[in-house]
This record gives sequence, structure tokens and C-alpha cells, in this order.
Amino acid sequence: MQMLWNAFLLAMSAIRRNGVRSALTALGVVIGVASVILMVDLGQSATRNVTEQISKMGPNLLFVRAGFGRRGAAGTRSAARSLERADAEAISRELRGVTVAPAASTSATVVYGNLNYSTSIVGSTEDYLEVRSRSISRGRSFTEQERSEAAPVCIVGTTVIEELYGTAEPLGTQLRIGRLSCLVIGVLSDKGETMGEDQDAMILTPLATVQRRLLGSDDITDIFVSAASADDTARVKEELESLLRQRRGLGPLDDDDFFVRDMQELASALEGTTSTLTSLLAAIAAVSLVVGGIGIMNIMLVSVTERTREIGVRIAIGALPREVLLQFLVEATVLSVLGGAVGIVLGLVGSYLAASELEMPLVIAWEVVIVAFAVSAAIGMAFGFIPARKAAHLDPIDALRHE
Amino acid sequence: MSTDDHAPLIELRGAQKVYGRGEARVAALAGVDLVIERGELVMVMGSSGSGKSTCMNILGCLDTPTAGEYRFAGVDVGALDRNQRTLLRRHYLGFVFQSFNLLARTTALDNVALPLVYRGVRARERRRRAQQALQDVGLADRADHTPAQLSGGQQQRVAIARALVSEPAVLFADEPTGNLDTERSREIIELLVSLNRERSITVVMVTHEPELAVYGSRVLVFRDGRIVADGPPAEVL
Ligand SMILES: Nc1ncnc2c1ncn2[C@@H]1O[C@H](COP(=O)(O)OP(=O)(O)O)[C@@H](O)[C@H]1O
Ligand SMILES: [Mg+2]
Repeated sequence: MQMLWNAFLLAMSAIRRNGVRSALTALGVVIGVASVILMVDLGQSATRNVTEQISKMGPNLLFVRAGFGRRGAAGTRSAARSLERADAEAISRELRGVTVAPAASTSATVVYGNLNYSTSIVGSTEDYLEVRSRSISRGRSFTEQERSEAAPVCIVGTTVIEELYGTAEPLGTQLRIGRLSCLVIGVLSDKGETMGEDQDAMILTPLATVQRRLLGSDDITDIFVSAASADDTARVKEELESLLRQRRGLGPLDDDDFFVRDMQELASALEGTTSTLTSLLAAIAAVSLVVGGIGIMNIMLVSVTERTREIGVRIAIGALPREVLLQFLVEATVLSVLGGAVGIVLGLVGSYLAASELEMPLVIAWEVVIVAFAVSAAIGMAFGFIPARKAAHLDPIDALRHE
Repeated sequence: MSTDDHAPLIELRGAQKVYGRGEARVAALAGVDLVIERGELVMVMGSSGSGKSTCMNILGCLDTPTAGEYRFAGVDVGALDRNQRTLLRRHYLGFVFQSFNLLARTTALDNVALPLVYRGVRARERRRRAQQALQDVGLADRADHTPAQLSGGQQQRVAIARALVSEPAVLFADEPTGNLDTERSREIIELLVSLNRERSITVVMVTHEPELAVYGSRVLVFRDGRIVADGPPAEVL
């Protein structure tokens, strides 16, 4: 114990005597530890971000579209029969515990005053807001009469309002969507961006308004379905598929000419991708930690050579080989641990800055912090061993004669 | 490893040291017999390459003879392993080198305290004894100076304090004045003489200068790996 404490004191005085060089020696470990922590934190933060965005979109959400889905090469969306309002009605009638909102969407240039903005226009039924977890912050929803008459009324997302109105009052104004003049009766509450898409860059109208006045067809582009719970989506998806196959008269050998996406599935796919990426980045960072260890070994070897006379004196006046070994081993370990500590601070500060800069949730993987610290100590010991052994086995006569 | 107070302090019998083999073979020591008793002040002389340093290294337990026997205070050094020889040095021997060999960027006090670290002396006691040793060599006021802030003579005195601080039985000094001018050399010799007289520390010292060798109680002269003269300065010089 006494011997270890002596070795620690000797190491500290040697480190202090060679301040700049000690700092440079530890730099590799500093960078290695900091980057491992930063990479893991960022990766986990990205995963958390995906999860949060999906739960914002509604983890119970599924949507149906006409087309050949992923097997896009087999045919294009136009080749598949489009969905009908009756499909949505059948889904809501046949499936247990679901809320259904058929929607017809298009995009159009919207004009107010002398400003215009290109955005997406969604026509849907009264359950749309519930299914998509949206709400109206000001104004009102559509009346039954407005829905059945395909009235030119709309509820506007906040991005559209910022672009066209600035700070002016939108409620009660007339907005032009393509050639259709439309009364603004409500404002959608903020949703922000999810999956890289601005959920507030949209205008909502009654379903019939988009169908009759903008598209001129009774087609449905999407059917949004919300399951009772996130655990229920797999069952709902299966039932949706068999119901639609039946309704669309597909034989057992026919491919689906529609596809159902569910947010759970998307979430796990994305989480899989981000965690693979995290592991990869962490592995690269770990390599840099090992390179840091080699840096320590390198400088310790130089240091042993430079301090050959010092070692010779120590041995001559009665330092045992194991005491010299311990001194240099402790020196390498202390350097490495100090580097690890600085690296942890830098890594945490980096994670914090990156999270706030990228507007991602701050996730700190404490278990990685602890492991990185332990690894840096182990690296000091492992890579300090060869130089320390070299010092311990010096011949005092040769060492004292060293120039 | 127990020492015998009645045995001679140093007893070398038929010591040989051979370097290299074949054509390159050099007999640095070609059979040396030497007995040194406690309290002697031995001056070792001889031309360069005559085997003085080789002999000092063997006496200092830094090296072992190729043949022959070395007893230190009755202990057969040849039978000791490396660790035991190290402990022998730690507890009984002090060294002063030609090139001072102080730790750079380390205060005189810490340099002097170094041997005590390996003896397991506590920090406060180390400081006290190091300060005392510095005072004994007349450098009490330079305790905080680093070697770079000291003259050659002062550095060598710090080195002597370092050798003294662990109260060794013998002090080995291989050309301690080799890097100093005449005046400084004389001061160093006078310091060693006073340590020898006042503390009865045995001193074995190599020098080339006959005017310094006269301070010794005994002078040895080496030539070609053998002792060719041995006696009081008045007889040998
Ligand atoms: N490590 C060594 N390897 C080979 N030869 C050596 C070694 N050390 C000393 N010698 C040789 O031994 C002889 C005596 O050297 P040394 O004891 O250093 O002499 P001195 O100190 O009297 O000048 C010299 O010829 C020297 O070259
Ligand atoms: Mg010599």
C-alpha cells in the first residue's frame, strides 16, 4: 500500500515536471474517450428522436394506399385501382376498435394578398383530427352541412399562416387554393416536424371539397386507421389486408395492389438502422481509444529513454525493479485516467452542445461513461507495461553512463 | 542477509572482470585482492582504462565479478540475487557520480530526500532529514533551488547530501571532482574528509589528482586491471 502510494506520488511529480508532454501524451486518450461518449450519446439520442417523432405521429396509426408498395417495380401506383370511400366505411364496419379517416390529398399553390405558398391540401372526414392526433387551436371545425355540401372552407396549419399572413389575423379571410376561393374557419395547433416533414405545412378541408372542387374525382388517396393501442396494430394490419384483398377481388396468387404501413413497423426499422449506426460509430471511436493507448506507450518509451539516467540513479540508490516498474506503470495509468476524466467532460459537453444544436433529445449513456473510464485506466496499465518493464530492467551502470 | 560487525567492511579476493570474448576479450580486472576496514578514506588512482570504475562498480554492488569473491561486512555478495544486492545498496551504500546525476526540475531538497522514499521514511521525516543533510553540506539556503539554478560545485554537494541522508556505511565516489575546477574540487574533498572524520563514514574515491589524493588515509594505484601500489599517501605518491 505504502509502495503504491509512493509510486503514485512519484508519478504525480513526474507528470507535473513534464506538464506539456504529459498533456500531449494523454491527448489520444482524451480524444478517444470523448468520441466514444459523444458517438454513443448521439446515436442513442437519434434513436430516441425517432421514437419520439413516431409517438408524436401516433404510435397506433396505420395508413392504406393504393399501389404496389415496396415491390414498386412490378407496377406503378396509377396501374392499381384507387381506393374508395366505401373501403373506409367497410373497414370501420368490419374491424374491431378502429377509427377510420379516408382522405384525398393534393398539393396546390395557395395565395393570400400578394403572397403565395405551395403546400399540401388534405380533404378528410370528421375523424381525421382524432386519427392523426391533431387538434384545432383557434376557430372551429367543419359543420355537417359544410361537409356534405363540399363547402369552400378550410382549417390552416401554422406554417402556411406564417408564410402568407405573418402576424395578420387569418380567421374569416378568403384564401385562394388554386382557383378555389376558400374561407379560413380555423387554425391547426402546432405539430412541428416529424420524419423530416413539416406537419404544419398543410390545409385541411372537408373530403368532398378536395374531391369535387380540386381533384374532380371521387378517389381516396389514403385511408388513415388508428388502432385501439400500439400493441393492436399488427392484428389490425393483418385484418386490413385480408379485408381489402377480398373487397378488391384479388385471387390467392395475385399480389397486393395496395399497401398498409404501420408506425410500429416503421419505428422498429428506423431504430434498427440507428442502433446499427451507433454501434459502428462507437466501434470507430473505440479504435481511436486504442490508438490513444499506443500514443501513451510511445511517449512513455521516449520518456523512459530520456530519463535513463534518472532511472539509473534510482536503481543505484536502492530502488527495486518492481518499484521502478510500479512507478512507470502508475505514471502511465495516472496519465491515462486523467486523460479519461478530461475526455468524459469533453464528451458530455459535446453531447450537450450537439443535442441542443441538432434539436435532439439529450441522452447520456452513463454506463458507457463508466466503461470508457475503466477502459482508459486499463489502457494506461496495458500500454504502460512495456515501457515500465524496460525501465525496471535497465542495468544501472549502463543507465548512469547514458548520454 | 545479515552483516557481521567483526568482519572487514570490504573484502575482495581474486576478483576478475572480463568483457567480450575471443579477439575482443578485455580483462578489466585481472585478479584484485583488497581489504578495506571501517573508517578508511581510500583514494583510488591510475591511468584511464586501468580498471578503477570496474572495481568501484563491483564494490558498490552495481556489478558482479566474472570470477573471485566479494564479501561486504561478511556477506557473500556473489550469493545474492539482484533484489538482495539492491537492498544492500539501499541500506549500506552511498554513491556520488562524476556527472552529479541530480533529477532535473526537482528541488535540491526533493533530490536529497529521494533515497529515503525507498526506505519507506514518512514525508515529514524525509523533509527534516533532507534539510539536515543539506545543512551538513552547507546548502541549507538552497533547498528550493533546482539543479539548473545551482553551480557545478553546489550540485555535487547536493549529490553528497543525497548520498549521506541515508547514513550509509560506505560512500563510493567515482571521480567526483572530474567536472569541477581546482578550487571547487578542493572544497568537495574537504567536505568528504570531514564526513569521514566526524561521522566515521568509510569513503572510497577515485581521483586523478595527486594533490587531492594526499587527503586520503590510503592510496591505491591501478594498472592494467591490477593494484600495483597500496599504502599511505606519503609512501605511494
Ligand atoms: N561494458 C564494458 N564493455 C566492454 N569493455 C569495458 C566495459 N566497461 C569497461 N570496459 C573496459 O574495461 C577496461 C577498464 O575500464 P574502467 O574500469 O572504466 O577504467 P577506468 O575507470 O580506470 O578508466 C577498459 O579497457 C574499458 O574499455
Ligand atoms: Mg572510470
